[in-house]
Amino acid sequence: MSVLLIAEHNNTELRPFTFNAATAASKINEDLHVLVLGNKSDSVAKAASEIPLVKKVIHVDNEIFDNFTAENYTSTILKHVDNYSHIVCSANTFGKNLMPRVAALLDTSQVSDIVNIISEDTFLRPIYAGNAFATVKSTDKKKCVTIRPTSFDPAPSTGGSAEIVKSEPGDKFESSKFVKREEIKSDRPELGTARVVISGGRGMQNSDNFKLITAIADKLNAAIGASRAAVDAGYITNDHQVGQTGKVVVPDLYIAVGISGAIQHLAGMKESKVIVAINKDGEAPIFSVADYGLEADLFEALPQFLEELNKLNSIQK
Amino acid sequence: MKILVAVKRVIDYNVQVRVKDDGTGVVTDNVKMSTNPPDDNAIEEAVKIKESGKAKEVVAITIGDDKAQETVRKALAVGADRGIHVKVDGIVEPLAVSKILKKIVEKENPDLVFMGKQAIDDDCNQTGQMLAAILNWPQATFASKIEVKEKSLEVTREIDEGLETIEVNIPAIVTCDLRLNEPRYASLPNIMKAKKKPLEQLNASDLGVDTKARIEQIKVEEPPKRKAGIKVASVSELVQKLKNEAKVI
Repeated sequence: MSVLLIAEHNNTELRPFTFNAATAASKINEDLHVLVLGNKSDSVAKAASEIPLVKKVIHVDNEIFDNFTAENYTSTILKHVDNYSHIVCSANTFGKNLMPRVAALLDTSQVSDIVNIISEDTFLRPIYAGNAFATVKSTDKKKCVTIRPTSFDPAPSTGGSAEIVKSEPGDKFESSKFVKREEIKSDRPELGTARVVISGGRGMQNSDNFKLITAIADKLNAAIGASRAAVDAGYITNDHQVGQTGKVVVPDLYIAVGISGAIQHLAGMKESKVIVAINKDGEAPIFSVADYGLEADLFEALPQFLEELNKLNSIQK
Repeated sequence: MKILVAVKRVIDYNVQVRVKDDGTGVVTDNVKMSTNPPDDNAIEEAVKIKESGKAKEVVAITIGDDKAQETVRKALAVGADRGIHVKVDGIVEPLAVSKILKKIVEKENPDLVFMGKQAIDDDCNQTGQMLAAILNWPQATFASKIEVKEKSLEVTREIDEGLETIEVNIPAIVTCDLRLNEPRYASLPNIMKAKKKPLEQLNASDLGVDTKARIEQIKVEEPPKRKAGIKVASVSELVQKLKNEAKVI
């Protein structure tokens, strides 16, 4: 049987995590098909067909998919699942919202947020904010699985030429209406896929002080993250939150500034390759996961850090 | 309007969870338990809506062993009117939880069902969406703001890209984010009063719901440990290490 990946996109292009999910999906079974549900979304179907791992693209274009609501997606997905053993998508807010609605109607117990594939029915997933890893085996006939995107490399985006098949939508769901989306536009790399992330916590004290973080992020071409405490306090918007209930990041370099390191924050960053912690409290738990810890006042350390980075650049020139 | 709020008993969020030596799960004996944090937000929001005069009754429900009743008592102590405890022993998967909740919804006819967006033990993030699916109700997940209108809710949702606002007709399911509100503490007099509030007990088997696990838990293990790092004395040492040793800048 084949695997059906639900594409996440913005009606123009595939969202980056679709490529990570494609890698994982093709490891479950090589016969990978992608379902693209969008509005005026031909370019998305074409992009999906160019992923070399993809064998077939099913494209349903209709205005009911303009805002990607789970209710409208679900009825159409259910029309297309007959020939598939697995339905998969990313375990980000898109997939978390959508997949359980599909799974429940298939009477399937969903496997959420997998980080490794042991076999077609057995998967590894973190539980308790990543303080334990469970190996679980799904006994349902049709399996619904969400994939932690940062645990799989993105699939190549070019070179393929899968067939694109047009199909029809399911029923429109009438009891829900999209009102608006407030996306925070930024020229920086996306938090989920950035090579370098610098995050601020409660120690930043106010939103204005995040300028110190911004200056270093500019220098390192880094994404900006935050602890839940910093978001709750209103220093920065929710899309920056790293942790158990925010985003999971696995950059090459993660710099935690003024973050104590609650279990819930560690859950979102402790798989990073290199972790730096800057905190004036030498006992802060963040130091227990840091490769390089600097016990210092961040208001002195961050300007010095920027200065050192500037020096480094001038030497390289 | 009547609001049903589902709450779950989990290991307290401050506890450092330990894996059992035999790999069958995590240690729960003599470990502090409490209400799943975003479920506290769900109760708080329902009570606030009642206090604003827009709801008449808030019913708290939990599903689990005998001790799960504590979470309902806590909900009663912060303002829920009555409680329901559906008794099941062992792990109940979100699919089965949603089927039990559906039975209760059919019995109680609430206008809204609230719960946390995710339980911090299994981290599944499924139950609300599954319940919405099998009831064929709209779902407003990851809510950080709820505005009650006459026949609908306007809900602001936290999504990866920022915020999204949707309007869902009542009846609806809402799963709550931690930023929705600031849950109140139960005062001692209210904890005493809560003991007198009605708490109905049911058995999952009496509801005709099969709670048998569909997912076999083969083993639970510790996550890979990070090797111990070092403390650096100065910013310049840090930058040198990052450049020459870790080679990440």
